[in-house]
Amino acid sequence: MARALYIHWPFCLKKCPYCDFNSHVRDTVDHAAWEAAMLRDMEHEALIAGDEALESIFFGGGTPSLMPPALVGALLNRAQQLWGFAPDIEITLEANPSSVETAKFADLAVAGINRVSLGLQSLDDEALKFLGRLHSVDEGLAALDVAQNHFSRVSFDLIYARPNQTESNWQAELTRALGFGTDHLSLYQLTIEPNTRFATDVRRGVFNPLDDDPAADLFEVTHQLTEGAGIPAYEVSNHARHGQESRHNLTYWRYQDYCGIGPGAHGRRGDQATLRHKKPENWLSGVDEHGHGLRKERALSRPEQASEALLMGLRLAEGIAFPMLSERFAIPFDRLIDQDRLTMLRDLGFVWQSNERIGVTSRGMPVLDALLGELVNSELVTA
Amino acid sequence: MTDLSKIRNFSIIAHIDHGKSTLADRLIQHTGGLSEREMSEQVLDNMDIEKERGITIKAQTVRLDYTAKDGETYQLNLMDTPGHVDFAYEVSRSLAACEGALLVVDAAQGVEAQTLANVYQSIEHDHEIVPVINKIDLPAAEPEQVRAEIEDVIGLDASEAVLASAKSGIGIEDILEQVVAKIPSPKGDRDAPLKASLVDSWYDPYLGVVILVRVIDGVIKKGLNVKFMVGETEHLIDRVGCMRPKIEQLPELGPGEIGFITAQIKEVEQARVGDTITTVKGGATEPLPGYKEVQSVVFCGMFPVDAADFEKLRESIAKLRLNDASFTFETESSAALGFGFRCGFLGLLHLEIIQERLTREYDLDLITTAPSVVYRIQMGKSKTEPAGELMLHNPADYPDPSRIDVIEEPWIKAVIYTPDDYLGSILKLCQDRRGIQSDLTYVGGRAQVTYELPLNEVVFDFYDRLKSISRGYASFDYEQIGLRQGDLVKMSILVNNEPVDALSMIVHRDVAEARGRGMCERLKDLIPRHLFKIPVQAAIGGKVIARETISAMRKDVTAKCYGGDISRKKKLLEKQKKGKAKMREYGNVSIPQEAFIAALRMGEE
Ligand SMILES: Nc1nc2c(ncn2[C@@H]2O[C@H](COP(=O)(O)OP(=O)(O)OP(=O)(O)O)[C@@H](O)[C@H]2O)c(=O)[nH]1
Ligand SMILES: [Mg+2]
Repeated sequence: MARALYIHWPFCLKKCPYCDFNSHVRDTVDHAAWEAAMLRDMEHEALIAGDEALESIFFGGGTPSLMPPALVGALLNRAQQLWGFAPDIEITLEANPSSVETAKFADLAVAGINRVSLGLQSLDDEALKFLGRLHSVDEGLAALDVAQNHFSRVSFDLIYARPNQTESNWQAELTRALGFGTDHLSLYQLTIEPNTRFATDVRRGVFNPLDDDPAADLFEVTHQLTEGAGIPAYEVSNHARHGQESRHNLTYWRYQDYCGIGPGAHGRRGDQATLRHKKPENWLSGVDEHGHGLRKERALSRPEQASEALLMGLRLAEGIAFPMLSERFAIPFDRLIDQDRLTMLRDLGFVWQSNERIGVTSRGMPVLDALLGELVNSELVTA
Repeated sequence: MTDLSKIRNFSIIAHIDHGKSTLADRLIQHTGGLSEREMSEQVLDNMDIEKERGITIKAQTVRLDYTAKDGETYQLNLMDTPGHVDFAYEVSRSLAACEGALLVVDAAQGVEAQTLANVYQSIEHDHEIVPVINKIDLPAAEPEQVRAEIEDVIGLDASEAVLASAKSGIGIEDILEQVVAKIPSPKGDRDAPLKASLVDSWYDPYLGVVILVRVIDGVIKKGLNVKFMVGETEHLIDRVGCMRPKIEQLPELGPGEIGFITAQIKEVEQARVGDTITTVKGGATEPLPGYKEVQSVVFCGMFPVDAADFEKLRESIAKLRLNDASFTFETESSAALGFGFRCGFLGLLHLEIIQERLTREYDLDLITTAPSVVYRIQMGKSKTEPAGELMLHNPADYPDPSRIDVIEEPWIKAVIYTPDDYLGSILKLCQDRRGIQSDLTYVGGRAQVTYELPLNEVVFDFYDRLKSISRGYASFDYEQIGLRQGDLVKMSILVNNEPVDALSMIVHRDVAEARGRGMCERLKDLIPRHLFKIPVQAAIGGKVIARETISAMRKDVTAKCYGGDISRKKKLLEKQKKGKAKMREYGNVSIPQEAFIAALRMGEE
């Protein structure tokens, strides 16, 4: 069963204009109440899926670096009691690089965090302003420095393919970023998601997103530079030195089980998909009434699970082991993957295939969604 | 029964949009056919598609009782007709059932092409014509100038033409009085053997097949056994009546009257328009002259997007034909499109309307292939086959070019009527479409130009182009003038090196390259980017004459996917699958349905 636990902290000081994640701004948060509720939600999951030691925990958000370190500590203690920890457990927390939060890093390390993912987002003050971030480049770099002193593993995020961003501009920014000595980087192209302020801006013509062709060029540059620096892409937007991949995120992409607690958290246990109440207040009252924040538990059919496994697995450079998937879902290979399309896409150089595995080449990664539409056998998809 | 001298049968004829149906509304209202509450605009245009487009497609008959100033009550049978040239056969049938016509002319537009075409037909029937100058309420109305035009151009006495506004109800009484005074009453003999002409037939879900008749001699009543003289079938009349416009049953229809009958007929096919109805016993011996056969001039293939819908399409086409016997269909199969139908239409508007009704009323997704005309091909003999003649309805059946001796295409004589200002661009349009000018006459500020044109240059978008370059002022009418030899070739469109049947067309060699280039350019915009680059080519035989390339898709990926939320990505797959269901695949390229029709619009040339 689940050896990965995701904990969602839904609060932010300010909603970023590009973000469509489950994040909320509140004047005050009753930390004691949230601690109690988080613990109960966790206990409920552990009761159902707590029979193996955890190999990873991930605090995501929202902005989990706003959590008091003591609260983080309390959750980790309880998780250890409930599941037990594997000896080399990876415990990641997403952090904002502001000075207030940086001041907590020492205590967070003591609480048990051993990996931090820092939301640097850009090395350009103008761009940070455009992205609605509250920190400056200097502040961000100071935070990175402190993080590297306190945590054995540090990663940071950058958002590129911004409006009007040129190849040379991004090349310079990324080269600089690669010089900071982290072993993991998340490099996301800016996408305009529905129901965000950016979506409204684009509709009103405030700015135009970068066109697909130049964005594709930047994607190529990114892959070349990171590869050259020894931290190649192991997933569409994630890059790591060998062995330094986010084990927690690999759990999702390899389609293994994970528990998810806190508002809006998703989980997979066996053939069950779990989803918790998104709105913080609803989640709280759910826990209050039922002892957990679950909104929905749904059994996924085998074909549905297979399609999810393909969607996730093909994001990885390592691809999927198809004999294993066939066996796991009792669906023959040719009903998982459209064979004609596979041949065609292989010939076009978008997909590779070896004895046991199929994967998307680095040429194919920027058009992955289109590839999935062709490859995943349409019998697996309900429409 | 009504005394013959108290009956008046007349059609309302005009160019499109000059206000026939609106005038019919006023006449119905004035004579009390419908109450205020039952009235709607153009009440006789009862099909949804007529209401939406604001045009009449099918002629409608309505009976009015009018008490004239002389104190007598008259039975008026009014037939509202369509103005669009595609439906001209509706006008000719209506005219054949009447003794006179109201000629409506728009006071701002004046005489136009269909005004002339329809009035000449009416004159051929020896009709009494009552001119009405309509829309005098418009600020741009020039009734006196239009009156002069009617006299100069048509040669009718317009000194007593009624100045009317169908919209504001001006001149309605005058019109009714002139109908009574000027239009002759019908002749006929009540005691002679029954002779009634079958004017129209349609399918009504409650009544079954309804037949509109004009009685010439004799009487038609319920319980009578009748014979269709040409169709050679016998039927028992079970209902007799008229439209007011609501259905009213009557005991009988006597000589000179127009009304409907039903006789438990299942298919409109059996009630052929133009047939003569007589009694089984003691009937007439000679049928009435009948009508000119209508002939399809434009053909296209219609295929279901989803091959599984073929049966549904067959049923729907059959049902639709119950109401419109003027289009033809036969099964067709194409390597690329599967099973479908080759349908024939009276014109492009007719095609468009049938297609729209199929999609809307029967909820079908269709692929319509390029419209085509009928070519006659003389074929030399080959090793295996003798020489012969082929009528080609479908470019896909184009034979091996080496066997073609002569290929002929239909030509038309087009009469275009336009304000002077647009003449230059119109002449250029006709010239570009291989037209040969045969006449040009100036009348006042207007010009009437006659061109001979190949029909295949007209079927695509000639009418649209004409309207757009003349801001809607030019009008257009045509008649077929036979087949002429031409240097015609089949142009194929290849997408990713595979021919797309539905887009191939027969074109004249001189315009092939320009046409091909236009098609390729439009397809480039209409076909979405794929994972590979796609050549789009136009070719004649093996020779490529135009080419465009759709560049490969470069980016399509969800950048950020974590937190274990897979649902959104799964929705994307579902959306992709639904999208594909609406596409057709050729050589691994998915072509959206709209592209087939949109590619044919010639656009600016
Ligand atoms: N101002 C004004 N508009 C009118 C008058 N009569 C008709 N119209 C308008 O002209 C348009 C066309 O009217 P219709 O009665 O549908 O014309 P029609 O001759 O039946 O058209 P088709 O059946 O399509 O040939 C409509 O928008 C009417 O409202 C009129 O006397 N004055
Ligand atoms: Mg009308």
